[in-house]
Amino acid sequence: MAASQRLAILGAGDVGRSVADLASEYGHEVVAIADSTTATVDPDGIDVADALDRKLGGEEIGDADPTAVFETDYDVLVEATPTTLGDADPGFTHAKRALETDHHVVLANKGPVAERYGELRELEADSAGSVRFEATVGGAIPVLSTIEDSTSQAVTAVRGVLNGTANFILTRMAAEGLDYEHVLAEAQDLGVAEADPTFDVDGTDAALKFVILANVLADGGFSLEDATVEGIQNVPGSALDLAAEDGRTIRLIGEATRDGVRVGPRLVPENGALAVTGTRNIVQIKTRNAGSLHSSGRGAGGPETATAVLSDVGRLPPL
Amino acid sequence: MGNEPIGGSDSDRDAAADSAVEATAETAVETNADTETDTDTDTDTETEAETETDGGVRPYTVRLELVDEPGELLRALSPISDNGGNLLSIHHERGNITPRGHIPVEVDLECPPDRFDDIVEGLRDAGVNVIQAGAERYGEEISIVFVGHLVENDLSETLSRIEAEAEAAVIDLSLAAPDGTDATSSARLRLAVDSGRTDAALESIRSIGADKDLTIVEPLLGGEA
Repeated sequence: MAASQRLAILGAGDVGRSVADLASEYGHEVVAIADSTTATVDPDGIDVADALDRKLGGEEIGDADPTAVFETDYDVLVEATPTTLGDADPGFTHAKRALETDHHVVLANKGPVAERYGELRELEADSAGSVRFEATVGGAIPVLSTIEDSTSQAVTAVRGVLNGTANFILTRMAAEGLDYEHVLAEAQDLGVAEADPTFDVDGTDAALKFVILANVLADGGFSLEDATVEGIQNVPGSALDLAAEDGRTIRLIGEATRDGVRVGPRLVPENGALAVTGTRNIVQIKTRNAGSLHSSGRGAGGPETATAVLSDVGRLPPL
Repeated sequence: MGNEPIGGSDSDRDAAADSAVEATAETAVETNADTETDTDTDTDTETEAETETDGGVRPYTVRLELVDEPGELLRALSPISDNGGNLLSIHHERGNITPRGHIPVEVDLECPPDRFDDIVEGLRDAGVNVIQAGAERYGEEISIVFVGHLVENDLSETLSRIEAEAEAAVIDLSLAAPDGTDATSSARLRLAVDSGRTDAALESIRSIGADKDLTIVEPLLGGEA
């Protein structure tokens, strides 16, 4: 059993709430949770069920200021606010503040590790705390810990499908012979695609994850602007039909190596490992000495992503 | 899916092939370049076709692409002896993977010149991908899908540029234009590219696509996709 840690959770969306909800099952205690307007803080452990009821009922999550989170006695900051590009704030500043005060940081927010990896690692080097970010890549799938276990120097490339929305759309287009707009509308009705699906379909979301992977392989040096990114908006049903005639299909595939990041629609064997269907994600980790490893699973969702956050928490040493 | 070798059978086969290789790997360097001028050989073998040839055999090199599965090498070699070829050496290039994730194998053999085409045909009938047979190169095949205003953008010029700039031969083309040729359409091309030139060819094709405002869906090459 891993050491019990006191969690301060920033962000009360699907992931933040699920982390709070599941923390006790994994042996950890929640001492604070904040959304963008208020926080509830209790050094002896907050009443998670009450706080989540208030949040879901449309009330304020607590009566404290969100910054009160940093002033309580906690071990691990769980950063689960929405991903932002460019300066990656407020996520980056939250992580910085926690590290500068010698706390651990576990990220579900992709921004800081995709856009400012080097700076974050420098802050970590000067801190007693560590940074972990399994939840930023592939939801429930253990991608970064697999790379860590294989040792990142022995991994030559990572590629695969890391956006469930785009994969769902391509799967449905191929299976039903429907066009992009039609399937996108269906995906929105099902809640698979957000009201604004831009980052999912234009490849940005997948690119952020592969940028993070390239940063892990190369120990930094990449941000979103270094990635070559193409989305699926221009892939018509007829392209999928032609691919199928040849025993292939089209998937939004990302590739990360030490030399760069590329995301775009690619032809893959219809029955190949990377041609996962629906919202499923898959990664193929190419190793120098052990061939390829494949892991597939749910790449998004509150409880799924929360399990990745909590396994990171479990890997942290006591402070 | 699932062409990952299982257990030790693969390395056993590998070791066996390797040991056969190294001794004779460089012996059969002659090609069939001079067979056409050597008509005597041909007539000799014609007359004695039923019996042993009297030295009227020629060395040939055949390059194959094999799927990485146990038994594949053996299966690929039987059409050679079945058609009267004599195996000289096999170079099984494990570790070297073709863009389609297959293993290149170079086979040196000797046979009467009139049997050679039967051997190549036999290999193809057995489902073996022949990349190069004698002096004839077939290279690697890649599929690629183009999307855009293909017809309005002068499809035949696009194809000519692919042949010229990407040094690829267009083997076949399927066009799907469900909304008419003046709307967005898709085309699937099968291209033959010289071995080892696939990356360069794809790069040229990307730039042709950018020039002509086409979306290009490239194959995912290498390893088990």
